[in-house]
Amino acid sequence: MKKLLASTALIAAIALPAFAQETLDPNAVSGGNITVTYKDDVATLDPAIGYDWQNWSMIKSLFDGLMDYEPGTTTLRPGLAESYEISEDGLTFTFHLRPGVKFHNGRDMVAEDVKYSLDRVTNPATQSPGAGFFGAIAGYDAITSGEADTLTGVTVVDPATVEIKLSRPDATFLHVMALNFASVVPSEAVDAANGDFGKMPVGTGAFKLGDWTIGQKLVFEKNADYWRAGLPYLDTVTFEVGQEPIVALLRLQNGEVDVPGDGIPPAKFQEVMGDPAQAARVIEGGQLQTGYITLNVTTPPLDDVNVRKAINMAINKERITQLINNRAVPATQPLPPSMPGYTEGYAGYAYDVEAAKALLAEAGLADGFDTELFVMNTDPNPRIAQAIQQDLAAIGVNASIQSLAQANVIEAGGAGTAPMIWSGGMAWIADFPDPSNFFGPILGCAGAEEGGWNWSKFCNAEIDAEATAADSMIDPADPARMQMWSDVYMKVMEEAPWVPVFNEQRYTMKSERMGGADALYVDPVSIPVNYDYVYVTE
Amino acid sequence: MAAYLIRRLIQSALILLGVSFITFFLLYVLPADPVRQIAGRSATPETVANIRAQLGLDQPFIVQYGRYLAGLFHGDMGRSYLQKTDVATLIMSRLPASLLLMVAGIGAELVVGLTMGVVAALFRGRVLDNTLMMTSFVTVSAPQFVVALLLLYVFAVQLGWFPIGGYGTPAHLVLPAMTLGILGSGWYARMMRSSMVEVLRADFVRTARAKGLTRSRVILRHALPNAILPIIAMIGIDIGIFMGGIVVVEGVFGWPGIGQLAWQAIQRVDIPIIMGVTLVSAFAIVLGNLLADLVAPLIDPRIRIR
Repeated sequence: MKKLLASTALIAAIALPAFAQETLDPNAVSGGNITVTYKDDVATLDPAIGYDWQNWSMIKSLFDGLMDYEPGTTTLRPGLAESYEISEDGLTFTFHLRPGVKFHNGRDMVAEDVKYSLDRVTNPATQSPGAGFFGAIAGYDAITSGEADTLTGVTVVDPATVEIKLSRPDATFLHVMALNFASVVPSEAVDAANGDFGKMPVGTGAFKLGDWTIGQKLVFEKNADYWRAGLPYLDTVTFEVGQEPIVALLRLQNGEVDVPGDGIPPAKFQEVMGDPAQAARVIEGGQLQTGYITLNVTTPPLDDVNVRKAINMAINKERITQLINNRAVPATQPLPPSMPGYTEGYAGYAYDVEAAKALLAEAGLADGFDTELFVMNTDPNPRIAQAIQQDLAAIGVNASIQSLAQANVIEAGGAGTAPMIWSGGMAWIADFPDPSNFFGPILGCAGAEEGGWNWSKFCNAEIDAEATAADSMIDPADPARMQMWSDVYMKVMEEAPWVPVFNEQRYTMKSERMGGADALYVDPVSIPVNYDYVYVTE
Repeated sequence: MAAYLIRRLIQSALILLGVSFITFFLLYVLPADPVRQIAGRSATPETVANIRAQLGLDQPFIVQYGRYLAGLFHGDMGRSYLQKTDVATLIMSRLPASLLLMVAGIGAELVVGLTMGVVAALFRGRVLDNTLMMTSFVTVSAPQFVVALLLLYVFAVQLGWFPIGGYGTPAHLVLPAMTLGILGSGWYARMMRSSMVEVLRADFVRTARAKGLTRSRVILRHALPNAILPIIAMIGIDIGIFMGGIVVVEGVFGWPGIGQLAWQAIQRVDIPIIMGVTLVSAFAIVLGNLLADLVAPLIDPRIRIR
């Protein structure tokens, strides 16, 4: 079969030599320890289960998948796969594994482990929140329904080769294989952990788990046999949990902490940024996040597109951004600016109270109406909800605020009982840097079912079809595909099921002794930092 | 005595059963679906249904509760929905820290509170009394978060006498225990003051004074032991207040107790952990009250157990 080289990125991938020769940072120093703090305890380090910003980067350092990203970027690169080929129809992926990769338990990683890991993550018994990402692999439906316990689409060709057949083309498949959920795990370690692999993780990553004192701290130790030569630089990373962000900041100022994992507490933000010495150690970057208000298109009068447009025009995004100390940029569309497929030059709905009133009058609601705005009850979300409430009052819309715990807001959103929801605290952050990730579950028909994350209950068959067509293209980075996605989101904006409010910026603070490129501290896939590549200078 | 003990133990068991039922019921009717939290954002309805069935959450309330109780009687508190770890293991790994902080906190409360109460009673109606009672009023109403941060900032960050949060050495214990001590001392100070005032007026104190005992001997040997009796019952009740209040203090000082565990479990609707922590806390409260009732007659012969 003729192999298709879909893009330069793919050619580069195949051309890589057998042993990954990293371009190492010439200033890097090996050795030392850094201390990272978090408020929340680490729930799990099982790559099939872990799905929060805290454990995501930790799991990335303990495990590897077939694919990976260039540190500090959203560029795909091969991981445990040394190279791969994609068939012309885009349905068969053949991965050639890197030789000589060892698990932390000393055993060689082989193709059988890749198959086992994919079977495990998709098996409903594992209860993985990421199982849905693998829906394109042939045999997925049989394994989720319990008819099979192995994916028919994944074949071990020989110990160093895995072939994965898809049931439908999926442009994002290489990104999916770079997700933590696709990490390769050794079956014997999973079995030995007896249901608690999340506390006894064994992978192939740059670090292995040392001590873990539940509720207090975890220590990651350097994997001396790591297959990327020269990495990691640090000997150990210590994670201390149960620390209030404000206490973590005090300890950082005292030289006891290197990275406060929860960031700079909002109450201290201006103080830190106003002090040149401290501000110099804060690295700012974009993140693949959008904060939005959902407008339930099945609830009158929000079922009228003019009413939804009026609400879009009524919201003063600049003021809301100021409310959070300008730690965000106002948004015009669902995609964040750093996401491929973002529509440059689109201004969105400008803030215009008079035009909003006129649209409402046109919809026969000159006197406004009563509605409800659901919001998660942690700061700053109730404050933002009040600002939205005031903006709506200016056009005669009387919104009462329902401030609830996160789980209750999610429940109301899924059930479709919330007319409006401010997404803060639950906002969509991309799983991988591809525009499709902002559509299916939150704006597509699939997510509009009861219990889904499409809280607007927005379902437009025509837009859905275009999204499916875009994802059926083989090369994820194809400009034609990006154009299609841009088009999808522009059509969504015409229907106005959301008010995109802002895109949050990331601010990572580090201690003076920490080194490495700034991009590592705002790495789009490893938050707060890419532990494999940072180092200490003393 | 034996009959009383048996009766109280049965009562305690019934209270715990009631607590378990009410908590389980409240979690059942709560409009938040743990399965959604487990299944993730892109799960299909089939996956959600499958996980619901695996956890037995598709069963009627009474079946779910029955299964939970059956597990409990076999010493099985279930597994955390999101951590997948055995709940008993999670609680046991954190319980020692909470108990240590509780004992130290109550100790600090008693030392600070009783001293304030006794001194206030001795200087009743004077400036010192008014000042102490005003102070106790302030500490009772002060927000825990603010007091904890204030102590942390002054004594750990500025003066550097103690570590900035954490766990492990006696030095780590001082500030969280003092926070709890200061905050809880007001109740004890007020109670001790009124009890002491009452005792100082009693006939036996006048008799003691009349037979020529020194003032300090009268206070320490005769008045204090009698005045302290109502305090013992209060400690039993205080354990309950502690179980609730310890969450914030554990949070600020990074103290790895069960308060932190409970807080995170509530955020994530992790029902087995919420149930486990609630039952363990309820057990501590019931046990505290029982012990207080059993100890009281040993100290005060006037109290008889029937």
